[in-house]
Amino acid sequence: MSASIEEILTQALQALAHANDLTELDQVRVNYLGKKGLFTQHMKELGNLDPEQRKSVGQVINTAKTAFQEALDSRKQSLEAEQLQARLANEYVDVTLPGRGQSVAGLHPVTITLRRISKIFASVGFDVVEGPEIEDDYHNFGALNIPEHHPARAMHDTFYFDAHTVLRTHTSPVQIRVMESEQPPLKVIAPGRVYRCDSDLTHTPMFHQVEGFLVDTDVSFADLKGVVFEFLRAFFEKDIQVRFRPSYFPFTEPSAEVDIECVICDGKGCRVCSHTGWLEVMGCGMIHPEVFKSVNIDNERYSGFAFGMGVERLAMLRYGINDLRMFFENDLKFLQQFN
Amino acid sequence: MQVSEAWLREFINPPVNTAELAEQLTMAGLEVDALQPVAASFSGVVVGEVISTEQHPNADKLKVCQVNVGQSQPLQIVCGASNVRPGLKIPAALIGAVLPGDFKIKESKLRGELSFGMLCSEKELGMATSSEGLMELVDDAPVGCDIRDYLALNDHMIELGLTPNRADCLSVEGIAREVAVLNKLTFQQLPCEASPIHHQETLSIQIEQPNDCPAYLGRLIKNINAHAVTPLWMQERLRRSGIRSLSPVVDVTNYVLLELGQPLHAFDAAKLSAPIVVRNSHAGESLSLLNDQTVELDGETLVIADQKQALAFAGVMGGSASAVSDTTQDIFLECAFFNPLSIAGKARKFGLHTDSSHRFERGVDFTLQQRAMERATQLIVEIAGGSVGPINAVINQEQLPARQPVNLRRQRIEKVLGITLANDEITSLFQGLGMQVVENADGWEITPPGFRFDIAIEADLLEEIGRIVGYNNLPSSSLLMRAALGKAPEATLSLARLQDCLVDRDYQEAITYSFVDEAIQNAVAPNAEFIHIQNPISSDLAVMRTTLWCGLLNAAQYNVNRQQTRVRLFETGLRFVRHEDETLQQKMLAGLALGSAYAEQWGEKTRNVDFFDIKADIEALLSLSAHDLTFRPAQHPALHPGQTAEIIDAFANVVGLLGMLHPNLEKQLGFDSPVFLFELEQDAILQRSIPKFTQLSKFPSVRRDMALLVRQQVTAQEIIDCINNSKEAAVREVAIFDIYQGKGIEEGFKSVALSLILQDFTQTLTDSEIDAIFRRLLENMTAQLNAKLRA
Repeated sequence: MSASIEEILTQALQALAHANDLTELDQVRVNYLGKKGLFTQHMKELGNLDPEQRKSVGQVINTAKTAFQEALDSRKQSLEAEQLQARLANEYVDVTLPGRGQSVAGLHPVTITLRRISKIFASVGFDVVEGPEIEDDYHNFGALNIPEHHPARAMHDTFYFDAHTVLRTHTSPVQIRVMESEQPPLKVIAPGRVYRCDSDLTHTPMFHQVEGFLVDTDVSFADLKGVVFEFLRAFFEKDIQVRFRPSYFPFTEPSAEVDIECVICDGKGCRVCSHTGWLEVMGCGMIHPEVFKSVNIDNERYSGFAFGMGVERLAMLRYGINDLRMFFENDLKFLQQFN
Repeated sequence: MQVSEAWLREFINPPVNTAELAEQLTMAGLEVDALQPVAASFSGVVVGEVISTEQHPNADKLKVCQVNVGQSQPLQIVCGASNVRPGLKIPAALIGAVLPGDFKIKESKLRGELSFGMLCSEKELGMATSSEGLMELVDDAPVGCDIRDYLALNDHMIELGLTPNRADCLSVEGIAREVAVLNKLTFQQLPCEASPIHHQETLSIQIEQPNDCPAYLGRLIKNINAHAVTPLWMQERLRRSGIRSLSPVVDVTNYVLLELGQPLHAFDAAKLSAPIVVRNSHAGESLSLLNDQTVELDGETLVIADQKQALAFAGVMGGSASAVSDTTQDIFLECAFFNPLSIAGKARKFGLHTDSSHRFERGVDFTLQQRAMERATQLIVEIAGGSVGPINAVINQEQLPARQPVNLRRQRIEKVLGITLANDEITSLFQGLGMQVVENADGWEITPPGFRFDIAIEADLLEEIGRIVGYNNLPSSSLLMRAALGKAPEATLSLARLQDCLVDRDYQEAITYSFVDEAIQNAVAPNAEFIHIQNPISSDLAVMRTTLWCGLLNAAQYNVNRQQTRVRLFETGLRFVRHEDETLQQKMLAGLALGSAYAEQWGEKTRNVDFFDIKADIEALLSLSAHDLTFRPAQHPALHPGQTAEIIDAFANVVGLLGMLHPNLEKQLGFDSPVFLFELEQDAILQRSIPKFTQLSKFPSVRRDMALLVRQQVTAQEIIDCINNSKEAAVREVAIFDIYQGKGIEEGFKSVALSLILQDFTQTLTDSEIDAIFRRLLENMTAQLNAKLRA
């Protein structure tokens, strides 16, 4: 035997201390514990010793091996810890850099507003129905109790294709189309594009309306008021003041305009509300008996209310938009504000 | 309708202030659109009389005036107005006066001459937005009188935005009636006593169209004073209603129009050849109107004519040939009742709208003509004198509107409005509105007066009650309605889901006009038949779009012109296509993308969006719903011939299109990078099938790849279809993972690398079974597509 077990162990422990990484460490392990390792050789040589020596020498070797193994494990742990530290340090990123991939865009403010309106009404069971935008004059006017030459037709600034075909001037024709095909009880809202031959600072030739109506037995003006109140408060998420003023629509009787307390100045008076503190937001009323007659619904048995509102107007008030025309310019800088 | 508050209060003077009065009107359905003081606030201005004027020694344009303001001595005032002259009466602001804008008048020196005040124009007193020279007052204006008192300037102009049903409030008297009811006061009609008759001459009247003109009244007033001047009070009231004073006769007719709501007209009697005829115009007959417009009449326009010619466009405007002038001595004063339906739309047809047509087409009280005639006579005689003849009244009683009684049932008041009122309250409410009320067993029988054209059914009466009680005083109930369970349809997808999907893939939603410029419509869809709007707002919004691309391309241009280099937009809405003489209104979903595929990001190379980016977006939409739609190469005039695909459904109907905008169009529309477009029919992509569970296989799956050599024209879809049509039950998935052309591949051919996932339900597939499947697939592909296995 060239060197004593103690010397081998000393060398081995030094070698462990000098190993700088896990590969070197593993080489040291092989050198001492591998098939041809120094400890392994000493164990093999035990067979040449007489039985008494074999036992005591064996013990010495085993003690040394155990000491080496423990030192090896501990060294391995610390090297692994060092290596992990190095990796972690190396893998540092600037987490404030932006993420990669496709970004997310947004809906048009009119769509956002329409969806909110629909959601509020759908929550109490109103169905959403759409209708054609090119309409016949019967559905747009006649069936709604607006005969030819009625002054109310002049209020509508209609786009014509021929004498009897128009771009719908309101979403009310959907009311007729639904009542023609279905029997009460009815709870419907009809959102969509409408068209008026008018274009200036406060008018665009196309805009959006939501028509809503409810027909059932025993529907009263009080129900209409209740629905409109609750809707407006839900829409603006605020307990705003609401008032009803008598007005005139050929297809409702009694008819009302609905004003809300100005949401820009809280009713104190500002430019938006022409210093009145009130903003007109919708028209409504009890469905006119002539309208029921034109769709063969018994007006003695059933009654109903209808309302209509301008979507852009509500969106402008909700989001503080001050120029109607921006809705249809589709400037990304405008649209992205609602993302 | 604009009216002076003071005038209104002369009829009825409720104990409420101006703001409260306006609030009452608005809340009763007579909406106050504007409320303005008739003059701005100022003080210290009196009526002055210019005694003398002298040229200012140091200034060409100034005059040194001596002005009597009712004090012991005249005041010296320097004035620059061109109309200043001795004898003129004007508003004079004294030292200490405060003019609008907090402008204080002090003693001053103008180019060396002392000035003790200022002579004023209407503009300087805030009575007009512009004026030329000094405000000239009439000769009998009392010198020294405060101008605010003299002109009664402590007054407001109330502008009402009346709805078409309330023609009865197109007069001071009508508004006063409403105010009386709202304040529970008694309303007194203006007494219009008959004038004494001085002569018996009349012009005979023939009504050829009694249906259109049931009543026509005329009277000759002779020898009026051609030099008479309209009194200040009348001028002021007209001004406060927005009407300019012209001459006493015209002013009186306008005044009575405002006061009572009855349009009247005066002809110069010397220019008439009786009898007066109310008839339909002859086709081609022309008439020169008072506004200098000449109209070519058709055969169905009602006119007032004499034996020679048409004199006036009935109910709309008088003619210039028979108009009163400053030499007129005898006038023929006329007023009529025209059937609203006969007048409605007639003025508009000729681009006209007058105070008269506005009232006649909404309905004038058919019992009012006699009163209005007497009132106008009285005022004309007061101002211009004249000898009054009898009224010649031709009235066709049967043709006058009838007022039918309307039943109001007591229980309906509660049912519709949710309130109950005492019987006498109902009775006095309707009586106050001028209606005849008779109580009966169920409620009331109510007959509307001649001035109400909007009371025909019970609902109209209910509205009156609601209006007078006040809508805000009616109860409001929390929604009590029949509840039904909601629906949750699964076989249709909501459009919102598709919109959200596109938004999540970075498409911003746009909304563009449904009508577009014919030029872009033709450029984008040259083969499509479209329809024109008869009366477009402008030529760039004149035809209905046959594709949503028109608007999206416009919007993209708009943004590119504003330094946007990456634009991704989508829109949902209708397109309007002609099909077999019908216009189909189809719901579409369309999108556009240009610029980089992703917003610029660090650490990645920026690349432009390409066909397959857009296709992936569409595939994402389709994966939500319609799994059985496929793509195939197509041609479209607006798209790149090599990068256009149509989307077809299971029945081979084309339901969508995508591709790159044709480079020619890209250039023509001013884009400088490729633009990609897609458009899909909503109906085709909103249908989905409800999922149906299939058993999972317990046996392992295996992936095998194959590389095929095919001619370049063979499409990926054909290869996939060929494999699917082979009906190999074990083939679960097929995917193409590489296409190679170039070195090692013969010109005109390509190598297509496929991966197949194979799995069986009953066993683990063996290599020999898999080889057999591959052999059969390859045989099919060789037979159908001339494909070879790549060596």
